[in-house]
Amino acid sequence: MEVIVAVIVGILFAVGIYLILTQDLLRIVLGTSLLTHAVHLLLMTMAMLKTGSAPLLGRGAEDIVDPLPQALILTSIVINFGITAFFLVLSYRAYQKLDTTDMERMRSESSRHRGRSQ
Amino acid sequence: MNNWVVAPMLIPLFTAVILIFLHNKLKLQRWISLISALLNVCAAVFLLYQVQHNGIQTLNMSGWAPPYGIVLVADMFAVLLVLAASIVSSCCLLYSFRGIDEQRERHYFYSLVHFMLAGVSGSFLTGDLFNLFVCFELMLMSSYALIVLGGTKRQFRETLHYILINVLSSTLFVASIAYLYGATGTLNLAHLSMRIAESGQSGPITAVSALLLVVFSVKAGLFLFFWLPGSYGAPPAAISALFGALLTKVGMYALIRTFTLIFYHQAEVTHMLIGTMAIATIVLGGFGAVSQTNVNRILGYNVIASIGFISLALAVSNEDALTGAVFYLVHDMIVKALLFLLAGILVAETGTERINRMGGVLTHSPLLGWMFLIASLAVVGIPPLSGFPGKLLIIQGSLESGQYLIAAAGVLLTLMLLYSLIKIFILAFWGKPRRLRESKWKQTPKLLLSSAPLMLIIVLLGVFAEAFMPYVETASSVLIDPTIYIQAVFKE
Repeated sequence: MEVIVAVIVGILFAVGIYLILTQDLLRIVLGTSLLTHAVHLLLMTMAMLKTGSAPLLGRGAEDIVDPLPQALILTSIVINFGITAFFLVLSYRAYQKLDTTDMERMRSESSRHRGRSQ
Repeated sequence: MNNWVVAPMLIPLFTAVILIFLHNKLKLQRWISLISALLNVCAAVFLLYQVQHNGIQTLNMSGWAPPYGIVLVADMFAVLLVLAASIVSSCCLLYSFRGIDEQRERHYFYSLVHFMLAGVSGSFLTGDLFNLFVCFELMLMSSYALIVLGGTKRQFRETLHYILINVLSSTLFVASIAYLYGATGTLNLAHLSMRIAESGQSGPITAVSALLLVVFSVKAGLFLFFWLPGSYGAPPAAISALFGALLTKVGMYALIRTFTLIFYHQAEVTHMLIGTMAIATIVLGGFGAVSQTNVNRILGYNVIASIGFISLALAVSNEDALTGAVFYLVHDMIVKALLFLLAGILVAETGTERINRMGGVLTHSPLLGWMFLIASLAVVGIPPLSGFPGKLLIIQGSLESGQYLIAAAGVLLTLMLLYSLIKIFILAFWGKPRRLRESKWKQTPKLLLSSAPLMLIIVLLGVFAEAFMPYVETASSVLIDPTIYIQAVFKE
């Protein structure tokens, strides 16, 4: 099971990095959110998947699952939710202001602007 | 157990929340934020006193004993940095009363600054790796908002780069936390240190430490600094002063903390890597500072170069070098804030960021000129000022352990920074007075007054370095001997 998840993490990482390397702002945002998913899966896998029952007292279970990674993932998901939301809003505002979502064109415009001011 | 440990984090957090509700009442906002910042300074001083007399203070959150719960640890190193951060932020707030336009003030500027301050203090005080990540994110989220506040085209462009690079490094941070948890089963810094000391720092753990090195280097601007000069130049002076003084130093603190407390067993690999990166940073940052003609970019490269310099001390990691690093870090926070604030006044006076279009500023605001010169000399490390003791100790430490290349890089850096800052002084302050801003700018004396406390500290820190030394030595003793830190965390 861990091997399958590890492969999935690898695929998610590859797709995320591919998307970040493209020029479209929206794809970049999607890439970052895929990368964070990959990392959350990684965090869960590193603590071993399903090794016992739920970590509750009074069940008489021999083995219990480590609850900490899940708490960490939950925190991380919330943080990344906030950042992705902010990033999306910022991209939209940047599109309104700069009239493009293409990173390359944003940069060429800035160098043209700089050339004029010199 | 000492509940005061959490105060430097709680005070700004509560203030930030209160200020959200008062965003239309500017006067009230200013007063509350200033009072809160001063309270924060008092709390830090109180904590400093306690740490010096009673040793390291810890606080187990919700009463969960380490390593199960989150622990806050106030050792001398952290407390000194919290104190410096709270002083810098008070002065930047005072400056922003005049130096920031009303539009920004209305749009939650003060709350964002306080949220950032809570994140910064939290990062210094936390004793848990995941909590460090959370505090980093708190700080970065507010910095994203601060950097784009105002919404000019340039700010949008720079913020997009800034967010992307930081989201990437945060992702890597979580990945390295996952690997470390998988390998050691703990995230408490002291516990990590114990476990790795017991089992030995094997290859995989060294690899994870290299991953953490990348993460913190991106945040600190050590070698991976390509994003820094542009994005620190985009917002107004009060904000870039906060960024230049606090954000990169938090990354630097995290580097020093992890590589002296946890990953110190394979120094020939990790510290060698840090040393190489530091020398590269110094050379690139130095040349960057020398080659630029834009004031903010010169200062941005100055921030990078001094990060490189502090990392030299981490690469050497003997007693003198680490003592010097603590001293220099405190000095650097204050002097970089001062430089950015003064540069902000300079830009407002002349109406341009390019030094070759300025000239003769000394004739109409001499005080600004002389303060800028003194601040520049402090950066370079001229004896009576605060840059000198730290620099001396770091170079002395590197000579002691026979790392001549590192000492040479430190001296080279000094010359380059001197050249870059004196170039600003000569081009902008000397010469014929050039065109001034059309509407006469009258804020200069008040803005100078708000940056005067930082100036005073630089001079006092240099002149009374001997009196300040015991605190710095207490701080570096923990860095040299990790067992002091571990015992303090597990004593109860």
